[in-house]
Amino acid sequence: MPHDHHDHPHSLLPSDPALRVKALESLLVAKGLVEPAAMEAILQTYEERVGPHLGAQVVARAWADPAFRDRLLADANAAMAELGISGRQGEHVVAVANSPGQHNMVVCTLCSCYPWPLLGIPPAWYKSDAYRSRAVREPRAVLADFGVTLPEGTGIRVWDSTAEVRYLVIPERPAGTEGWDEVLLATLVTRDSMIGTGLPRKPDAP
Amino acid sequence: MTHPHDMGGRKGDGPVIPEPDGFAQTHHEWERSVLALTLAAGALGRWSIDRSRAAREQLPDYARLSYYEKWLAALADLCVDKGLVSREELAAAAKGAVPAAVPLAPQALTAARVAPVLAKGSPYARPGQGPAPRFAPGDLVRTRTNPDTTQTPAPGGLRHSRLPAYAAGKVGRVLLAHGPHVFADTSAAGLGEAPEPLYTVAFRAADLWPDAEGPADEVTIDIWQSVLSPK
Repeated sequence: MPHDHHDHPHSLLPSDPALRVKALESLLVAKGLVEPAAMEAILQTYEERVGPHLGAQVVARAWADPAFRDRLLADANAAMAELGISGRQGEHVVAVANSPGQHNMVVCTLCSCYPWPLLGIPPAWYKSDAYRSRAVREPRAVLADFGVTLPEGTGIRVWDSTAEVRYLVIPERPAGTEGWDEVLLATLVTRDSMIGTGLPRKPDAP
Repeated sequence: MTHPHDMGGRKGDGPVIPEPDGFAQTHHEWERSVLALTLAAGALGRWSIDRSRAAREQLPDYARLSYYEKWLAALADLCVDKGLVSREELAAAAKGAVPAAVPLAPQALTAARVAPVLAKGSPYARPGQGPAPRFAPGDLVRTRTNPDTTQTPAPGGLRHSRLPAYAAGKVGRVLLAHGPHVFADTSAAGLGEAPEPLYTVAFRAADLWPDAEGPADEVTIDIWQSVLSPK
């Protein structure tokens, strides 16, 4: 009976998830398999250092520098490396650019694949059943949940990340930003705009 | 057979609830521990990412568990399956009893190695390996009708496929050719990497859904060569 719950060792752990993780953690630490300081360093990485500000740097440079944009669309990992960006869950990145009439949106219907080195760990909504089930079938209805309405006639391409390729959306550069430098441009790039469930901030927005 | 994790296109889910911009927040302290413990234990190198995904999909309580509860349950199952801990040790730890501490194993991830290990990642491309590519961008292809894998797992392996049910038996157009990548099905089943050419295939939304929203809309998946045949 492979699907009998009690065949699965995890059912031996307490039902309260906080106690459950504590039990497994204590065991793996006592057995010398996990170092608590390494766990702290992992959390520090994804809570303080690796987050959507890195993807925003990439997008801002693509907006400011057409030659970089071309390199990014041709070989995203090589272009990211120019900014010192690489890592776990971003080994094979493809950048996809929005254009007038064409919008891109990224999902992982089977689990929660996401470009960690560019955006950090995914927000809870990205991992939710609602997003995973609906994004491929009714992307506009999902966009409405984010308060986004696309211009009439816009086509949507939804990228379902079903292997180890990870996608970064390059949103369109907002009007009214002529002459802005990369640092200022990056302040307009939101996490959701790089997943395709949002649009960049407008230059006059607070 | 349908699988609860394969939910693309399912009806009846509620709204998507947006969250503030910036670093994603975990909502409970224990979720932080699950994230860190899963990555630290994964760095031991005893299972592939495909194997860990398969372990989550096989959870009999998949649909009931929250995201990090799935991670935690699968991690416990993998640790026992790979012999890192025994069922008896797990049951004792649940009552607060852990064995006497031993020195850190040489293969364990140390704090000093975290930054370089995470920045390096583990590439899944296998240039020059596996069969020659059969398809090129622009080609029309048909996905296998059965979304399940055809691989029979090795003892202790798990069945795993990355062809979503909604895209099974459908005709699409090759958009990108990524070259040889580790084949998730064999990797999860304990049958080795068996690299194959990987493609991004685009489908017309209207070919997938009777109620597609827009005539120009498309959905893409990333899928391996052996799952595809010429149209």
